[in-house]
Amino acid sequence: MEFADILHRCFRCGYCKFPDNYQDFNCPSYSKFRFETYSPGGRMWLLRAWLNQEIKTSPRLAEILFSCATCGNCVERCVFPKFKDDILHAFLAAREEMVNQGIVPPAVRDYLKALQVHGNPYKLPGGEREKWSTGLDLEPYAGQEYLFHAGCVGSLDERGMKMARSVVVLLKWLGVPFGVLGAGEICDGNEARSLGEKGVFQSLREQNLQAFRTLGVKKVIALSPHAYHAFKNDYPRDPAPFEVFHYTQVLGARAKKLSGLSSANGLRVTYHDPCYLGRHNQEYQAPRRALKSVPGLQLVEMGRVKGNSFCCGGGGGNFFTDLLGGGPESPARARVREAAGTGASVLAVACPNCARMLEDAVKAQDLQGEITVKEISEIIQGPMQT
Amino acid sequence: MEDVYQELARIVGPAYVSNQPEERFIYSRDPGTMEPREPDFVVLPATTDEVQKIVLLANRKKVPLVPMGGGLVLSGLSRPLKGGIVLDLKRMNRILEVNEKSRYVLVEAGTSQGMLQAYLQKNHPTLKHSVPDSPPMATIGGNVLIHGSGHLSHAAGFHSEMLNGLEAVLPTGEVVKIGSCSISPYWFGRAPLPDLAGLFLGWFGTTGVVTKVAIKLYPNRPWQDVGVFVTEDPELVPEVFYQAAGVQVAEDITAWMAPKPDWARGFQHVNINYAADTPEELIWKRNLIRASLKKLIDQKTGGFLPLPPPMKKNFLEAPQTTLAQFADVRKGGGFEYVGGIMPIELFPNAYRAGIEIAARQGTTYSTGARIIGPGHCMMFFFAYPFNRADEADVERARRALEETNGLVLDLGGIPWKAEAPAQRQILGRMDPGTLNLMDRIRAMLDPQGIMNPGNWEVR
Repeated sequence: MEFADILHRCFRCGYCKFPDNYQDFNCPSYSKFRFETYSPGGRMWLLRAWLNQEIKTSPRLAEILFSCATCGNCVERCVFPKFKDDILHAFLAAREEMVNQGIVPPAVRDYLKALQVHGNPYKLPGGEREKWSTGLDLEPYAGQEYLFHAGCVGSLDERGMKMARSVVVLLKWLGVPFGVLGAGEICDGNEARSLGEKGVFQSLREQNLQAFRTLGVKKVIALSPHAYHAFKNDYPRDPAPFEVFHYTQVLGARAKKLSGLSSANGLRVTYHDPCYLGRHNQEYQAPRRALKSVPGLQLVEMGRVKGNSFCCGGGGGNFFTDLLGGGPESPARARVREAAGTGASVLAVACPNCARMLEDAVKAQDLQGEITVKEISEIIQGPMQT
Repeated sequence: MEDVYQELARIVGPAYVSNQPEERFIYSRDPGTMEPREPDFVVLPATTDEVQKIVLLANRKKVPLVPMGGGLVLSGLSRPLKGGIVLDLKRMNRILEVNEKSRYVLVEAGTSQGMLQAYLQKNHPTLKHSVPDSPPMATIGGNVLIHGSGHLSHAAGFHSEMLNGLEAVLPTGEVVKIGSCSISPYWFGRAPLPDLAGLFLGWFGTTGVVTKVAIKLYPNRPWQDVGVFVTEDPELVPEVFYQAAGVQVAEDITAWMAPKPDWARGFQHVNINYAADTPEELIWKRNLIRASLKKLIDQKTGGFLPLPPPMKKNFLEAPQTTLAQFADVRKGGGFEYVGGIMPIELFPNAYRAGIEIAARQGTTYSTGARIIGPGHCMMFFFAYPFNRADEADVERARRALEETNGLVLDLGGIPWKAEAPAQRQILGRMDPGTLNLMDRIRAMLDPQGIMNPGNWEVR
């Protein structure tokens, strides 16, 4: 297994379980399950034992491995600079090993199967991918400056679709020239990659590259930080065939113009950094710039922000496999409790997965009267929002 | 054993009990050198009531029970030497009360050092607790119960001395309160009652499961500084400790000696951390500390090291994150140390003998010390890194540790949080009357012999 040579170097000191201020556990799977086995150090030692045949393959081991949200907190917080950058790589390599051996949890198997057969995890026909834009009069991509990529969740999940619609309406209002692929859009493959299905990821990557090449795409605006991450880091980089932006970067760069759109006197908003935009790609400012463009909006920060943000539990494929969901200790519910604790009435998100995860968590936590989950463009447009 | 599993699941809920190979593997070992010992079950209780039910179950079924906090002692104390149930207490991590005026905090025993530190910083920024140099995952309860020490130990002694009171589940299932809390709603201290806390301190979980602890808090002064006094002569270090500690303005006094980096080899570094409410007070304290060591400076036998900002920042950090990095010296994720509790005048002998042991066992080392109280004793540590993937290297470290435990005893000290073999060394030298008393107390409290058996085994 790739990166097997770092597994024994983990001391299991546990710094990886925390944010830098130690206020609470910051590893989503450890926070939920609370057995040492579900911590990054536990995984490192178990993987070594597995490779050394000290423990056997089992559904429990598979659950332990696949419940990692790949949020990157362990990489951020590990105190061993000589191998910390490869911790997640080792986990992904082990997932790949399990995928190859056909021993993944049923929910992972089902996700990958749906992706293979239908091209999306929702088992919907490709034609459904354009429905999110119905009535918005969006142009098909035909050489505009940007291609807008809605992704699987933005195209096919009810909450994701609402977010995609809000974002493109705002982009149009800003005069950003973009087109969409509609039914022709293809999954970016980030979740397949993070679930260890390298073959499927490579296939999707090639299909996307081919399509972008044929259409002459030079700049992509990604709705999802997950797609943004894959396009930026796991598609060819040297040279990159196209530039990629997360939509909040496009909004952040136009904050001045946005400031004339609406006002939100005294609205207290707290912002949840998505792992694949923040920790993985160090983009913390653009979403905040976009939010602060709203006159009168008061941004109050949670204790765990930016590099210390607490994942909603939807990363690493868990949005679809739900290995971290359920119960008051699920990361999403812990996160909305923290958000509500700031006194904010709005929890701002910039990721369709986070939007869905946290919105469901607000209901499960019975916090509807206290806090509402809103995506950044929804907040900016305020009452004007379509 | 299926019936035990089912009962445990009924007590804590099925999500928080495991008899699976993965948990049995991880909970069979800690990051140190001790051989693994597998539990039959791992349980994560959330309340004292659940702990009590588990203890009663263990009694009925005569199943060993091993309480565990952060699992970071490195000396294998939470390995279930005779199987049974490992009780991971980290779900019991609520901070129950902070009394600002009387400066104490009441927490559940599984509260991590890190979380308490963060909680105080946010909600009571003028107060702090004594943070050990273990990672933030170490628990408040565990560290108090092993007689830990930390960043306020020069000012206030062992962490067990900062204990105001506790709640425990006895091995027979009764819940008891120790200290003022046994009478009063306040957890202000252990005096003036007969001090029953000693039934739990230093016993490694063999006398019950401590579920709550109240510990003392101290002023968190906004201005902080550290001075590093350096000398090449280990014979002078006890005098440095004596003089610097005698001024009683520092919070923490530690020494460190290591062969790497090259510039540090052969030197004895004494870090003196102090804090103040104002810049003027800080300067006043700095001057007092420097004056206490003036004689040695004038004799040119030692002096204060100019500290580059990154080094100063590191020395002011609590806990020092860089300390864990010693585990990667052999690129192998491991180190363990013997912490010898001993009088400060033994420093030169301990230092020299430690280096000799490392050379003899063919391993590298790091040594150091923390002063407890105003120089009443010290915790002198001898740390040996090892490569976990190289059994011969692990064995070298193991031999060095064993020899060091003997050395500490020979010098007149006592190994701290001793591994099971070192406990036998200690018991072998113990006064027979004391030994007998320990045996009688243990037999009286734990007639079934279920609590962490294999540790402090007198018989």
